[in-house]
Amino acid sequence: MNDMTPDRNERKANLKGLGSSRKRVEDLRFTQGKGNYVDDIKLEGMLHGDFVRSPYAHARIKSINTDAAMALDGVLAVLTAKDLEPLGLHWMPTLAGDKQMVLADGKVLFQGQEVAYVVAKDRYIAADGAELVEVEYEELPVLVDPFEALKSDVVLREDLDPKADGAHGPRKHPNHIFTWEVGEKEATEEVLDASDVVAEEMVYYHRTHPCPLETCGCVASMDKVNGKLTLYGTFQAPHAIRTVVSLISGLEEHNIRVISPDIGGGFGNKVGAYPGYVCSVVASIVTGLPVKWVEDRMENLMTTAFARDYWMKGKISATKEGKITGLWCHTTADHGGFDACADPTKFPAGFMNICTGSYDIPTAYLAVDGVYTNKAPGGVAYRCSFRVTEAAYFIERMIEVLAIELNMDAAELRRINFIKQDQFPYTSALGWEYDSGDYHTAWDKALKAVGYDDLRKEQAQRVEDFKAGKTRKLLGIGLTHFTEIVGAGPVKNCDILGLGMFDSCEIRIHPTGSAIARLGTISQGQGHATTFAQILASEIGLPADSITIEEGDTDTAPYGLGTYGSRSTPVAGAATAMAGRKIRAKAQMIAAYMLEVHDDDVEFDVDRFVVKGAPERFKTMKEIAFAAYNQAVPGIEPGLEAVSYYDPPNMTYPFGAYICVMEIDVDTGEHEIRQFYALDDCGTRINPMIIEGQVHGGLTEALSIAMGQEIAYDNMGNVKTGTLMDFFLPTAWETPNYTTDHTTTPSPHHPIGAKGVGESPNVGGVPAFSNAVHDAFKAFGLRQVHMPHDHWRIWKTANDLGLHG
Amino acid sequence: MIPAAFDYHRPTDLNSVISLLQEHGDDARVIAGGHSLIPLMKLRMAEVPHLIDLQSIDALTGIETGSKIRIGAMTTQSDIINNTSLASSAPILKEASLQIADPQIRYMGTVGGNVANGDPGNDMPGLMQCLDATYILCGPEGEREVKARDFYHAAYMTEREDDEVMVAVTFDAIKGGYAYVKQKRKIGDYATAAAAVIMSKDGSTCKEASIAMTNLSDTPIFCGAASDCLIGTSVSAEDIKNAVASMIDAIDPAEDNRGPVEFKKHAAAVVLSRAIERAWQRA
Repeated sequence: MNDMTPDRNERKANLKGLGSSRKRVEDLRFTQGKGNYVDDIKLEGMLHGDFVRSPYAHARIKSINTDAAMALDGVLAVLTAKDLEPLGLHWMPTLAGDKQMVLADGKVLFQGQEVAYVVAKDRYIAADGAELVEVEYEELPVLVDPFEALKSDVVLREDLDPKADGAHGPRKHPNHIFTWEVGEKEATEEVLDASDVVAEEMVYYHRTHPCPLETCGCVASMDKVNGKLTLYGTFQAPHAIRTVVSLISGLEEHNIRVISPDIGGGFGNKVGAYPGYVCSVVASIVTGLPVKWVEDRMENLMTTAFARDYWMKGKISATKEGKITGLWCHTTADHGGFDACADPTKFPAGFMNICTGSYDIPTAYLAVDGVYTNKAPGGVAYRCSFRVTEAAYFIERMIEVLAIELNMDAAELRRINFIKQDQFPYTSALGWEYDSGDYHTAWDKALKAVGYDDLRKEQAQRVEDFKAGKTRKLLGIGLTHFTEIVGAGPVKNCDILGLGMFDSCEIRIHPTGSAIARLGTISQGQGHATTFAQILASEIGLPADSITIEEGDTDTAPYGLGTYGSRSTPVAGAATAMAGRKIRAKAQMIAAYMLEVHDDDVEFDVDRFVVKGAPERFKTMKEIAFAAYNQAVPGIEPGLEAVSYYDPPNMTYPFGAYICVMEIDVDTGEHEIRQFYALDDCGTRINPMIIEGQVHGGLTEALSIAMGQEIAYDNMGNVKTGTLMDFFLPTAWETPNYTTDHTTTPSPHHPIGAKGVGESPNVGGVPAFSNAVHDAFKAFGLRQVHMPHDHWRIWKTANDLGLHG
Repeated sequence: MIPAAFDYHRPTDLNSVISLLQEHGDDARVIAGGHSLIPLMKLRMAEVPHLIDLQSIDALTGIETGSKIRIGAMTTQSDIINNTSLASSAPILKEASLQIADPQIRYMGTVGGNVANGDPGNDMPGLMQCLDATYILCGPEGEREVKARDFYHAAYMTEREDDEVMVAVTFDAIKGGYAYVKQKRKIGDYATAAAAVIMSKDGSTCKEASIAMTNLSDTPIFCGAASDCLIGTSVSAEDIKNAVASMIDAIDPAEDNRGPVEFKKHAAAVVLSRAIERAWQRA
């Protein structure tokens, strides 16, 4: 019997488990226009909301007259702060321990701030109604510079007692939010004083925006008969949103169902709670009808969460030979009008303390001061894990500056200072325990792949040719070796609003050997339905094609903290593997019973349990699944289900080596990327095709940030880049070819060794592009210029260096 | 990004368009490709109670080539790019059209809309200066002709009367070399600076030259003096430098997100030098 069994490799391939470049199961609907996004949701009697927004960045509100709007046929309600106040909903808590106005309460603090919410029978009437609301403003002095804000007599947040502590300790000034310090200040300063060489620089990572293709929105539907609120929305953390809605609305949590349908990209923009959600819920409760609110592109860029805006003053010291001795950083963080950063509670500047990067730096100190200004709130992790991009950009610029100071090759300087393979697990000076890494191998592979030494020779020749007037193009070689910290995180130090940052998976095996697994995360394009099925396929021996993955419905999925910060694979992926192992443990007992041997006498083999030493005697997982439902196995409950809530013991630390070769036209400021090599080590690789896609996408976002994308303000606090005309989103035309590569250093503490990859290319890409620009001008004396490196800024750099004759 | 209510008209002949324009006055606007007007309506920066769509008027379409070229106002940039006869008699139109926006927009964007709107960012008005084109307008009194070089007064302010419709552009077939060089931040962007150049030669001497610049003032700029700097010369580096210097005197760029004035002048100089070099090579 059973002699027709396919061989082991064939059986393994049939599962499409770990390592398979299985095609994305989601794409069938996405490529045929069959996705179901929030704006596709149409409920009977559904109303539409639209905001009246402030044209001013800082102004007192003298009066709001809603009469004309209310008189418009089809307008049902116009909400202002006065209407929300009796409900205690005119302000809402932020993820950072601050509070934020839902609708302007007496004043506005940024251009585009929500002032009134018009509810109407259709989207057009809502917009007409919004135009009829009359608001009288008295303009106030505007603060757009965080350094000035800390000196100014102008108090932005009059609601806060200037003498009282903030959520993260004492405040030094009415416009100051917090000071966060890590590491040893005095020891670091002593090291800097005693070192042979110290490089000092201000590194600015400008304000930008995640700008997902789909903007933020929701549909709130209150059923007054059964008392249940259903809230559909573009939520990266649906379960947390349910808890927040319960806490601020007073509705019991079991009466709230939050559904994140298909989401068209998040990149951190969809983590927080926005006034639109609160107003839509209130409007639905008041009217008893569903209310939809979907922001437009300008609203998205101008008001929902921005990213970055860190002024990072750095000092790095080394011996003459280039061994780094210390790192000092003081960051001034511009948070806008409210502190709505999405960080774990104990980390007001996120994981900025990963700023020692890939290097063995014995002594370090970091301080971050958060500041209020007249800009939109936010501070989300745009395709990164809580300020890791800022940290990576900072250290990778400081390394380059130190190399200039030492007159040393920047690749060699990195090599001298990498944490060595045998130092892992490595505890950094700023307190993280790096799980695993092999930086030297990755670095050498990358340098070899691009022919680094030859590139340097070519660059030297190019400089000579330029000086001789033979060319007007310079060549830049942008190096980066980044280390990320992702997978937040261990409940002992990671929570958001008191909710531990574990994640979850619940699996049900059906009698015929297929399965459904539900997770606490939510895909926004990452391909969870594809990759989580692969993890399970390898764990439980059922084909990935027979496993449905479901996320985003809080009534059915187990509780989890959602998808951002590359946490899905490190946390929910681990929960999936662990739940799979529970299934397998029970299956082992059933198999042993069926095979009439002791539990310990069977072993798992790809898709079956076999009797040890007698591989012809086995039961496939499909057979075992059926048995779980049709046989009374003594001492074992019927059915085959498992649930796992996974609290990760540590973060994971993906890393990579990126090299960008860029040609720069010094006359027009235009650039051309000749080569981009990206080596990623994300531990165990689940689906190489999806990893490649993630890397391409993340690099393209990094390209946009480094080379042009920004949210810029004028002195009056007007947003200068509120449309896609000025906010740079690259098309295929601007996007270069990428060469991807990898090494594999599994995480020792993750059940399958995976580390997460979605954000690595953004974290490593930005310094690679930016360093290429800096490197091109290095021979002419450039040390540091601020991003974005768009045409006129590159031209200005060349001009300031005297390259235009 | 939600427009106010408007009435939509779609007449099938030009007389009906003009009647509608006369009837509704300031409340009516014609729409061609819509890629300038619709965003303004969605931003509620333009209120248009009566929108008159020109796409069903056959008289506004078509490309006639020969020694004299006539392009109907509703001709799209895509039509221009794909017209082989036009590509040989006035190849600069194809070269410029390929640098306008992206393929999807070029299926909708029209010559008439591009030249009549008066947006200094549009590429066709500068090109028409260079070609010394003539615009044919039709109003209640019938057709009249206006030289492209006399058409633009200021941003969005043109010679066209409110009750007139742009019918066609005409110009002579190109003799000699040509180039349209445009610097932009990305596909779909307006020019940071763009130069249109046409040159012909007699032996090794420049016989005729025509230079025009885009998005460097509140109107397109025909640079007659800069053109004169090249005529009769051998188009040496020095001659190009003189033409560029003359052009810089003629433009008046404004600072925006593309950069400060100084940069724009520098970019204008670079694109013009490159355009002259390319046109001269092709002459």
